[in-house]
Amino acid sequence: MKAREKRFLFIAVGVVAVGLAVALVLNALDKNVSLYFTPTQVFNNEAPHGRSFRIGGLVEEGSVKREADGLTVNFAITDTHKRIPVVYKGILPDLFKEGKGVVAQGSVGPDGVMQADEVLAKHDENYMPPEAADALQKAGVANAAAASAVSEPAAASAVK
Amino acid sequence: MAINWFKYSAPTTFYGLAGKLIPWFGISAAILFAVGLYIGFYVAPTDYQQGEFYRIIFIHVPSSIISMFLYLIMAGYAALGLIFNTRLSSMMATAIAPTGALFAFISLWTGALWGKPMWGAWWVWDARLTSELILLFLYLGYIALHASIDDPRRADRASALLAIVGSVNVPIIYFSVKWWNTLHQGSTIKFSGTSMHVAMQQAMFITLVACWLYAIAVILARVRSIILERERHTKWITELPEVKN
Amino acid sequence: MNGLDIWMRENPITYVLLGSYAVAFLIFAVEIAMVRHKRKITLQQVRLMRDAGDEE
Repeated sequence: MKAREKRFLFIAVGVVAVGLAVALVLNALDKNVSLYFTPTQVFNNEAPHGRSFRIGGLVEEGSVKREADGLTVNFAITDTHKRIPVVYKGILPDLFKEGKGVVAQGSVGPDGVMQADEVLAKHDENYMPPEAADALQKAGVANAAAASAVSEPAAASAVK
Repeated sequence: MAINWFKYSAPTTFYGLAGKLIPWFGISAAILFAVGLYIGFYVAPTDYQQGEFYRIIFIHVPSSIISMFLYLIMAGYAALGLIFNTRLSSMMATAIAPTGALFAFISLWTGALWGKPMWGAWWVWDARLTSELILLFLYLGYIALHASIDDPRRADRASALLAIVGSVNVPIIYFSVKWWNTLHQGSTIKFSGTSMHVAMQQAMFITLVACWLYAIAVILARVRSIILERERHTKWITELPEVKN
Repeated sequence: MNGLDIWMRENPITYVLLGSYAVAFLIFAVEIAMVRHKRKITLQQVRLMRDAGDEE
């Protein structure tokens, strides 16, 4: 074997070994790498107890209610299987809308309600002018597309 | 094929060729930036969810794509230099690193400015953002390691190993939005097609090409200085018109 | 909501242009200047080396 072939083999084996090691570590840390838990995971007791964590999903249609003080908001996060009610006091991001993606951080009390101290909006990867979105909405596709943006990774991790 | 490719892999011929190509890449990059941004800001419509803020995409996505590709190209050159002991490939790897680092920085910076109004946060430790930050650190680590070793040959070899090992991170960045729950949305451009309005697509494609041409121009300019520096003891360098004058 | 939050929502195009594009092009300009400077310095060094070599 020539020296250069040896070096090539050495590098190839090295990259594969490092890749495997990283893959194993990331697989083991799966829950820590993911930014949020889905409501289904929370119901399955996969989320941490007694400390703050994030829940991600869609803002349930018709669930958003503002309290009299104008700052406190009640809504529910759903992954279409399970729902978690959330109470949040603060300013919501612009893209916070019913039926759209959301990630809330806080802790879930014994009553099953999350007291959130941060709410972030998660938008989908579709870009189009408002007229096109309206047309899609009429055709009933927009909601399905928006839902798939959030529930796809959620569904994938639920299968795991 | 009549072209002898090995001829251009020698620093001697590459130096002259690069010098001739740089202005062409530079000028076409400037023109395409102008066209792409014109389409991006005047022709492309506002977005149905994000209004005007989405227009950051025309710099954010190209710089992210280029920061990832440049890393792979850098690692590829570093590996070639390690395996075949070719002078030019190691010099190319060294020349790519600063541009790659800058594109990674632009990607993170524009991403933060996009995240604040849309998500409600400048920064989130999700898998996509964190792995892109690691990419920036890999570039900086490569540059620092290369600079810290005085003997250029040894510097090439040590930093090549770092570059090659670090390339594992690139697929992690790309697939992070698929493998884990992230705040960052999924890929707009997929192998199966694009979920984007046509004018927006055109603007993004044109600015992507512009960024590539710009990157090639500065990398070639940088590698020419590196060739001069590292081959300064050779006869052909002392005979160059710009050295002779 | 602080002043910056309100300002960026009232002037989204200015925010995008100044915050992202101006910064990106400034970075490009600095990089070009650095590459040119490096070329100048390297050429000077190479000439110095050659002149020193001639005298030997």
